[in-house]
Amino acid sequence: MPYLVKKRQLVIPGELIAEGDYKSGKNTYREEDRVYASLIGLANYVGRNVFVVAIKTCYMPTVSDLVIGKVIDMKLSGWTVDINAPYNAMLFTSEFFDRSFDSRRDRMTDFLDIGDMVLAQVIAFDRTRDPLLTMRESGLRKITQGRVIEMTPAKIPRIIGREGSMVNMLKRETGCQITIGQNGLVLVSGKNPELEDLAILAINTIERDAHTLGLTDKISKLLKREKKERGLNVEAKRR
Amino acid sequence: MKRKEDEKLIDKKGLRLDGRRLDEIRPIKIEVGFLEKANGSAYVEWGKNKILVAVYGPREVHPRHLTLTHRALFRCRYHMAPFSTEERKHPAPSRREVELSKVIRSALEPVVFTELYPRTGVDAFIEVLESDGGTRCAGITATSLALVDAGIPLKGLVAACAAGKIDGEVVLDLDGIEDQKGEADLPVAIAPRRNEVTLLQMDGIFSYDEFKKALGLAVEGCKRIHDMQKEALRRKYTIVKEENGMIDEEV
Repeated sequence: MPYLVKKRQLVIPGELIAEGDYKSGKNTYREEDRVYASLIGLANYVGRNVFVVAIKTCYMPTVSDLVIGKVIDMKLSGWTVDINAPYNAMLFTSEFFDRSFDSRRDRMTDFLDIGDMVLAQVIAFDRTRDPLLTMRESGLRKITQGRVIEMTPAKIPRIIGREGSMVNMLKRETGCQITIGQNGLVLVSGKNPELEDLAILAINTIERDAHTLGLTDKISKLLKREKKERGLNVEAKRR
Repeated sequence: MKRKEDEKLIDKKGLRLDGRRLDEIRPIKIEVGFLEKANGSAYVEWGKNKILVAVYGPREVHPRHLTLTHRALFRCRYHMAPFSTEERKHPAPSRREVELSKVIRSALEPVVFTELYPRTGVDAFIEVLESDGGTRCAGITATSLALVDAGIPLKGLVAACAAGKIDGEVVLDLDGIEDQKGEADLPVAIAPRRNEVTLLQMDGIFSYDEFKKALGLAVEGCKRIHDMQKEALRRKYTIVKEENGMIDEEV
């Protein structure tokens, strides 16, 4: 039996995608020998593996994901972090320091307080327990400057682009540092607010037009035009 | 809205008070993704009914002790705005609203993959802004779209429509006055993917043959509603296909 939909066709939950000897992949389910979509998105297949690329999803933590989170609570042994997922993550003090935490000498609020944003990595998560975070890897830190913008986690691959082509172009054109959390939060930090505005405009445009063709070129043109209009010069502002 | 006691609900030409034929559904307008802050939302205008649905989740359950360890908790709240009825309705949830919240939840729960999100909750808030008969069906129809919009995995959509009996005739989609003055009302919700009935209520008296006819008519109505739901989703999510985009990156 052939596939019943074309590649990249929009499917609605419950829509039949394939009938016969097929494997049910991401965002699909199988009933007898039929594979149906379970989310709204674009149907696709590789060989006999059928899946749906979702348009909108909630973030489900995966081990080794880089995430941006907000400290929402403190316990004796660590911080509770909102990572834009159905579950709140725990960041233990032992995963924050390279040394051991001494409760007589150290005060937790000196390092992270409620409301602080962090760049962290997921080290453990399964169905039965809440995700655990670490900040002991290189590059992981408390976020002290820049702006965090929220988008649907389904569009994160589009911001990164093929082998990072999109995000590298954004960094080059705006001169901003852009850090992408897999959980749908993006940190933009630039030399001045105007350049950050520019990067945020580009990211919002990417989210809106995530499914259009040749997006990297379009965004590149958009940035060049906006820079001219706003009289911004990235090179001069550097250093 | 006022009518004399002896006035008929169906005229000599076989048309109803609002000019519909016996098997005609009221005009329906559906919009998906109506609210910005909700995870998913839908707005439905079904004749004179106006219903707004917001879905939040999967998220942490509050109060915490309601958390289920093996699946997500799915909750619905059906609420009528004080200005939604002819007489001001007291804003506190009435017996009827508690019951409708329950039947709407039961009508939708079979299609939600709750087992994918253990220890979380999905909340649907169904707010009736204007009512004119058949709000539970409109509510179910809108909630299933809001769930899709929230990106919650579903086995399929749920569509609902009522049939009833007025002036001895079996008709589709009763409005407020027909519901009050008519002889019977039969709201039905189906999951069209598997042709399963997820809601079946009856108020009034049908003979066995009338019941069979009414059920058939209601299911037929649900299928028409289902087509409108699909169309509304397609309208919202029409996107340009791409040759080298995110899809290839996912592979």
